[in-house]
Amino acid sequence: MTKRYWNEYQKEIADDHYFYERSCIRQTFFPGSETAFLKIMRDELHKDIYDEENQHTCTGIGYHSDIVPLETTMTVVARLFSLMNAAGYTNYVPSCVTSFGIFTEMVEIWKHNPAMLEKTREYLRKATGREFEPPANLVHPSDIIYKFRMELKEKMKYQLVNRFTGKPLRAVEHVGCHYAKIFPEKGIGKSEFPHVLVGMIEAWGGEVIDYPERRHCCGFGFRHYLLQENRGYSVANSKKKFESMEPYEPDFILTNCPGCAMFMDKWQYTIAEMENKTYDKEGYGIPVLTYEELTGLLLGYDPWKLGLQLHQVQSENLLNKIGIKYNPDEKYRGADGQILPIPNRPKFLKQ
Amino acid sequence: MGNLFDLLSEDSRFNDALKACMNCGICTAICPAAEFYDYDPRKICDTIQRKDENAIEALLRSDMIWACGQCLSCKTRCPRGNVPGEIILILRKYAQIQGYCGDFVRQQQHQLAETVGKNILEIGYCVHPDRVSPAKHPEQGPIWEWYVQNIEQVAPKLGANYHGEGPGALRKIREENLEEIRKIYECTGGQKLMDKLLNE
Repeated sequence: MTKRYWNEYQKEIADDHYFYERSCIRQTFFPGSETAFLKIMRDELHKDIYDEENQHTCTGIGYHSDIVPLETTMTVVARLFSLMNAAGYTNYVPSCVTSFGIFTEMVEIWKHNPAMLEKTREYLRKATGREFEPPANLVHPSDIIYKFRMELKEKMKYQLVNRFTGKPLRAVEHVGCHYAKIFPEKGIGKSEFPHVLVGMIEAWGGEVIDYPERRHCCGFGFRHYLLQENRGYSVANSKKKFESMEPYEPDFILTNCPGCAMFMDKWQYTIAEMENKTYDKEGYGIPVLTYEELTGLLLGYDPWKLGLQLHQVQSENLLNKIGIKYNPDEKYRGADGQILPIPNRPKFLKQ
Repeated sequence: MGNLFDLLSEDSRFNDALKACMNCGICTAICPAAEFYDYDPRKICDTIQRKDENAIEALLRSDMIWACGQCLSCKTRCPRGNVPGEIILILRKYAQIQGYCGDFVRQQQHQLAETVGKNILEIGYCVHPDRVSPAKHPEQGPIWEWYVQNIEQVAPKLGANYHGEGPGALRKIREENLEEIRKIYECTGGQKLMDKLLNE
C-alpha cells in the first residue's frame, strides 16, 4: 500500500473568523482571485472574514531584495497584527505566499527570541503608539480552501473531468517556495510532499502529474525578476519546469502563490515569442490558474469576472474541456458593459 | 576593521542560519542560482565557518552573494538545519553597511530602492499596476498592456477598488497609514538604508 506521507504533516486551520490580508502581487495581476476568495468564504462557506481598509504591504518583496532591514519588516508586520487585534480577530490569513513566509518567520523569531519581540513592541510603540499580539492561527488562504474542499465540492457545478473523453483532467500543481520550504511543518504535507493543491485537484475529480522538476522554483528570485538585466534567471527557471512537465501533457497548471501564477503564465508567452516554442501540442500554451480561479470556475462563477482574460495564456480550451459555459462577447467588456478594444495578439502564441 | 565573523554573528538570525556545515553540498545541488550563476552556497557556508577574515571580506566584496534568488530550497534539504539563503541576507546586509558592494551591485540596489522601495513608502504597495509599465516589462505581453490601458473599466469588473476609498484590491492607501509606515522606517533603520541606497 502506498504510504501517504502528507497525512503525517497536517496543520491547525481555524474554522471561522479570519482577518484577510491582501497581496501586492495578487492585487496587481489577478485582483479577481482575491474577490473570488472572499465571495467563496462568505457566500459558499458562510464564514466571517474581515477585509481591513487600513492594511498595506508587508514589505516582503523589499526584505528579500535587501532594501528593507529585518527590524523594519518585523515592525511593519507588527502594525498589521495590531490592525487584526483592533478589529477583534486572532486568525490571520495573508493572501501572498511571500507574506505567509514573512509572517511565519517573524512569529517564529519572536517565539525563540523574546528580546526581539520586546524590541519590536518598543519600535511599534515609539513609531505609532500601537500595541500588538501575534495571531493565534496563521494560515494561507489555500489552506482554508483545502480544509473545506469537500464542502465546496458539494456546491460545484463542474468537475475536473474532460467531457470529451470522460477522463480526469491532468494537472501540474506548483506550490510557492515560501509556503513550506522555509518552515516545512507550516505547510499541509510539509515541503517534500505538499498536499495543499493536490488535495483540491484530487477531490474535484482531477489527476495530479508527478514530474521531475515539480518542486523547482518558478524563478521569481526577487532581485532577479525585479531588475530587468537579471530576468534571464527568472525565465530560465520557469523554462526548466516547462521542459520537465511537457512530456506529461498537462491540461493546466495550478498554483497557490501570486507570483508563481503570473510568472508561469508570462514566461510561456516570452518563450513562445523568443523561441517559437510552446509546451502544449497546439501552440496555445498551458493555462495557469490560481486556486481561487479554479474553485470559482468549478462553482460556476463567470470566468471574465474571475479575471481569466488577464492571463496571457488563454483558458478557453480548458473551459471547453471542463464544459464550463461562458459568453465570449463578455471577455473584453468593462464593468458597465462597455466594449473595450481587443488586446494585440502575440506573434507566435495562439490566442 | 573589526572582526567580520563576530559582526555577522551579531545578527539575530545568524545562529539559526549557520549551525554547523558538514560540506555535503546538497544545498548547491538543489539551488536554482547555482545552476544559473557561478554560485555555490556550500562554499559560502564553509568560508564563514572557517572564520578566515580575509576570505570573509572577499566574500562580502564579491558579486557571488547577490546571485541567490531567495527561494530557500536550501533550507528544506540541509541535513544540519542550516539556512544558506538566510546567511545570504546577513552577508548582503553587512556588504551594504560596510560599503563593500561593487559598482554594479550598488547600481542595482539603487534601482530597487527607486522602484520597490519608493512604492512602499509612497503608495503602500511593493508592486502596483500603475508602476509596472509595459515599456519596461515587455515580458508581460500585450494583455498586460491592454489591462493597464483599460484598468479603470476592467478592475471594477473583477471586484477591485482601484484608487478607491475603503477596503478592496488596489484601494488607495490613506496618508495616515503611509505616515505610520514612514515612522516605522525612521525608527527601525529602514529610512537610513533607503537614503544610503538612493544616494549611491
